[in-house]
Amino acid sequence: MARGDLVSAPEPDQVHEVDADAPLDLTGDDQVDAWRGVKLHDAEEVSGGLAGLLRSRSRALLSDLVRPHRKAVAASAALIALSILSQLSVPWLIQRGIDDGLPPLLDGGSGSLRPLLTVVAGIGLATVVGAVSFNAFLILLGRVGQDIVLEIRLRLFAHFQQLSTSFHERYTSGRVISRQTSDVEAIADLLGHGLINLLESGLLMVGIGVALLLLDLELALVVIAAFPVLVLMTRWFRSHAERAYRETREAVALVIVHFVESLGGIQAVHAFRREPRNSEIFEHLDRRYRDANVWSQRLGAIYGPGVQGVGRLMTAIVLLYGSHLVLDGDVTIGVLAAFLLYVRRFFAPMEELSQFYNLFQAASAALEKLAGVLDEASTVPEPTSPVPLPHASGGLRFEGVRFAYRDRTVLHHLDLDVAPGETVAIVGATGAGKTTVARLAARFWDPTEGRVLLDGVDLRDLSETDLRRAVITVTQEGFLFSGTVADNIRFGRPSATAEEVERAAAAIGADSFIRMLPDGYDTDVHQKGARLSAGQRQLVSFARAFLADPAVLILDEATSSLDVPSERLVQHALRTLLRERTAVIIAHRLTTVEIADRVIVLDSGRVVEDGPPGDLIGGPGRYAALHEAWVDSLA
Amino acid sequence: MAGFEAWNKRALVRTAPYLRPYRRHLLAIVTSSIISTSAYVSVPLIVKTVIDGPLREGDRAGVLRWALLVGALALLELVLAFTRRTLLAIVATSLETALRDDLYAQLQRLDVGFHDRWQSGQLLSRAMTDLAIIRRFVAFGAVFFVLISVQILVIFGVLLTLHVPLALLTFVAAVPVVLLCRRFERDYHQVVRRIQDQTGDLTTSIEEGARGIRVLKAFGRWRESHAAYAVRCQEIHDSQLERIRLHTKFVWLLGTVPNLTLTAVLLAGVLAVGSGGLTLGGLVAFVSYVLLLVFPLELLAWIMALAGEAESAAVRVYEVFDTEPAVADGPGAVELSSVRGEVRFEGVGFTYPASERTALAGIDLTVHPGETMAVVGATGCGKTTLVTLLTRLHDPTVGRITLDGHDLRDLTVSSLRSNVGFAFEEPTLFSASVRENLLMGAPDADEDEVRQAIEVSQAGFAYDLPWGLDTRIGEQGLSLSGGQRQRLALARAIIGRPAILVLDDPLSALDVHTEALVQEALRPLLASSTVFLVVHRPSTVAMADRALLLEEGRLVAVGSHHDLLAREPRYRAVLSEAVEDIDEEVAVP
Repeated sequence: MARGDLVSAPEPDQVHEVDADAPLDLTGDDQVDAWRGVKLHDAEEVSGGLAGLLRSRSRALLSDLVRPHRKAVAASAALIALSILSQLSVPWLIQRGIDDGLPPLLDGGSGSLRPLLTVVAGIGLATVVGAVSFNAFLILLGRVGQDIVLEIRLRLFAHFQQLSTSFHERYTSGRVISRQTSDVEAIADLLGHGLINLLESGLLMVGIGVALLLLDLELALVVIAAFPVLVLMTRWFRSHAERAYRETREAVALVIVHFVESLGGIQAVHAFRREPRNSEIFEHLDRRYRDANVWSQRLGAIYGPGVQGVGRLMTAIVLLYGSHLVLDGDVTIGVLAAFLLYVRRFFAPMEELSQFYNLFQAASAALEKLAGVLDEASTVPEPTSPVPLPHASGGLRFEGVRFAYRDRTVLHHLDLDVAPGETVAIVGATGAGKTTVARLAARFWDPTEGRVLLDGVDLRDLSETDLRRAVITVTQEGFLFSGTVADNIRFGRPSATAEEVERAAAAIGADSFIRMLPDGYDTDVHQKGARLSAGQRQLVSFARAFLADPAVLILDEATSSLDVPSERLVQHALRTLLRERTAVIIAHRLTTVEIADRVIVLDSGRVVEDGPPGDLIGGPGRYAALHEAWVDSLA
Repeated sequence: MAGFEAWNKRALVRTAPYLRPYRRHLLAIVTSSIISTSAYVSVPLIVKTVIDGPLREGDRAGVLRWALLVGALALLELVLAFTRRTLLAIVATSLETALRDDLYAQLQRLDVGFHDRWQSGQLLSRAMTDLAIIRRFVAFGAVFFVLISVQILVIFGVLLTLHVPLALLTFVAAVPVVLLCRRFERDYHQVVRRIQDQTGDLTTSIEEGARGIRVLKAFGRWRESHAAYAVRCQEIHDSQLERIRLHTKFVWLLGTVPNLTLTAVLLAGVLAVGSGGLTLGGLVAFVSYVLLLVFPLELLAWIMALAGEAESAAVRVYEVFDTEPAVADGPGAVELSSVRGEVRFEGVGFTYPASERTALAGIDLTVHPGETMAVVGATGCGKTTLVTLLTRLHDPTVGRITLDGHDLRDLTVSSLRSNVGFAFEEPTLFSASVRENLLMGAPDADEDEVRQAIEVSQAGFAYDLPWGLDTRIGEQGLSLSGGQRQRLALARAIIGRPAILVLDDPLSALDVHTEALVQEALRPLLASSTVFLVVHRPSTVAMADRALLLEEGRLVAVGSHHDLLAREPRYRAVLSEAVEDIDEEVAVP
């Protein structure tokens, strides 16, 4: 079993659809939140009742991650066992030293030193063996832990990238980020710090238990009698700690989302003096996070000292009972001394376990969420046996396409044929379904009914590589990645040379402004493209698309943020660019629409007009009305 | 006191004032630590007494008495530990929360230029990861450090009373451990700092992967971005392995030295008992203490590591605290009241920090109260830069801007901004109700004004949202289309009728029909405010009284739209050819 089992696991919490009847998030006394408005209840965060199921999903993920490291884990288990055995032999050797090594010296004053020297040599050997094996254990398990963290990081990133845009729209980037940062860190913390202690402490307890039994059965039973108490305490702690940790993770996610959102929009924050209100919200969220943190630490404050207290009480009882046994001649003083040394160490790991239980909880809560995300199947999956399409000619066809989003039918029944090389503009009011057409053509979404075909092949049968080589979308955001301007253009075709990059920029008309930047093409755009205006960013995205040279180009309101000179430049570039390829243009600016061979007017998900722009202008239809309004606006 | 100065320079020490409100808590924590340690350390001594006394003499009642004392000490310690850890949780977490609140406030205070330079991933990792590291250090590290130091000192004291030469032997063996601790702290610090930086970079990659998802998908480039991401992950992976190796080496030395000491102690101790220099109980106690020392010394290594991590975390946090906001109230800044709305640019020039190219140079301009000035120019000529100076998102590097004769820098930032309405090119809305988003700039506006603003900006759709104006929008709420967001952002700018209105291409995402409606409704508003209208399209210029033309950051022409069209070829080039172009096409169907 591997990925397959993960995917087929039941997904009871996948109720993400926005539903107006969903419970409202109106916690009455919550003044700060109420002011911020009403939102839909967040169904994504897991509820307690599903914990069992989720754990099995997490377990499957965990075993999948650990499987490649089975040998290393087994080896490190052997090493830690050896190390603990060596550590545990020390009190026993001390007992031998007291009981066997000392008497000859006491009796004659100059008896044989041999027994004592044997014991001392034994302790020296145990120390060295223990240290070497522990050292090897730390390095081996540390490497396994880091390898697993690396694997989780890579797998998550790849998975998020493969999930559909509709997933990203509902999941929001904030949550995508917090899955990959704080949740992965919780697991890294456990693997980096906690797991080693957890293993060491657990094995140490078992080892000491065995050593006690071997030394003296009666005394050992006295110590082991404390166990049921410890089990009860642990059960109480676990049930509370679990809830506390869930609350902590949820609280921290809210803090992060607010932080990122408000500082990302710092210009608007300053312009509208939202700082005090932002601080108010932040402090409120931060307090919730603090309270959750304090809650979970308090649980540790009860449990840890409790366990420690039981340990100390056992020392008192062993001292009392052991002393009587010594007085009765049943055990030697050496055994009593060794016992006291063991008991002291017996309970120490329990407390340590409680400290790392927090880490453990955090990590398993994080693992639950990650397992949930990794289980999420893409709604636009890649075909298992794709139809190859190395050289698309660009014939695009919608066949009886219906598309419903959140139970609302956006497109009713669309039949559309775009010949290779043809430029089709789609116009219509907001909500008419223009963007849906663009997204279906790029396979960001799949149709609810019907098919979208490229050169006669259903888009669902194309490999991602073939599809993205053939069909490129430019949206209005103009997102730039950190790196240089050239890097951002080269994104369109990573193998392009500097010369090709510059040629693409020149073809789009972006060359002149790029040359004016401080370092020209090598200017760092910083994050969010802070120094480039929206128009400049869009020119870069056009150059990017130009370089990619697709058979089908989709412009999803891509020219709306361009100013007139840039738009004109792009228009010129587009004319030559579009002549060789199929294009679907979604626009409300009629400037862009004018260069189309054909205009489709959509209304409420239906095609109401279809024809060359010249013909439609002359007619009595909606396009003619729109055009007239637009021409008037220019006067 | 060179050592003291070095200590004082540490960033971690600068967090101390945050602990001041918890002085009583801290006192209680330290007191309870000392009592606990004494109780803990006294147990082997009791065992020694039992072995040397009652056990030898067969005094069962004596054994019982001592055992009861051990039990009582255990209970005392339980209560103390519970109190201590509860108090610590409160102190450490409150410290973290207060620091984070202040850090957030500082980040909001810092100017837009700062946020342009710093990647948000780096800021986030400072606010979350670094502060959590500091909290962990305060909660566990700092107090354990005190506890352990006391413990180690007390144990040495007791060892000295038991047997001087053996105690000295143990002491000498511990010296290299402490020295190695110091060296370790230095090396570890470096690796940890590197890991923290790499984590910040990785966070940036993650953010771009999430926010740029559409572009990544549109080009099918996730494999490339995954490969770049993998390189960064691998770097962290390698640094972590280096950290582990370093840590392991240290644990090894720390574990081996005390145990070898123990061997020597046992050998010498048994001989001492043989020669009568030490009692049997004394030997058991001695061995117990040496074993007791192992754990604190190991913990010391951990705490030193934690201290190193916490110190570099604190350095990173204070790097942000120590940055002065470039835009702030000057000394003696005055409140702006009753604005007429005359704006003058006097020789204004602007260069972005860390950039060599001047964005604006030699701008001289007067805009009269009630006038609408269109700002025209090609992409990248400095239009947006020019208008952001008006609300002091940046300050001019040369020259000055005055409002009714006051240099903007002599006014309080808040009073200036409350008189400037701003609609950005990119409509940023926040996770809050529609109403709160609208009232951001004018919290006192009444329902009528809200309704009017919505009407003017054609944002009536807001009433039809599931909970009307109380619907939460933004990242954590309902998502709106670009056009919807733009209309709300416009409504936000005009609400409360600010004296100065800056509209940076506010209608770009609207369809022609809606745009015409908004323009019509805006007219009376434009007449009552001083308006800067950044224009990308000829249709918008018509709304302005005058227009100015920017070219490469310089003001090349000012005049009415028709004037400029007639006499300024560069102005025509920017605006009119597009119209002609289209007219040609319309004329030839």
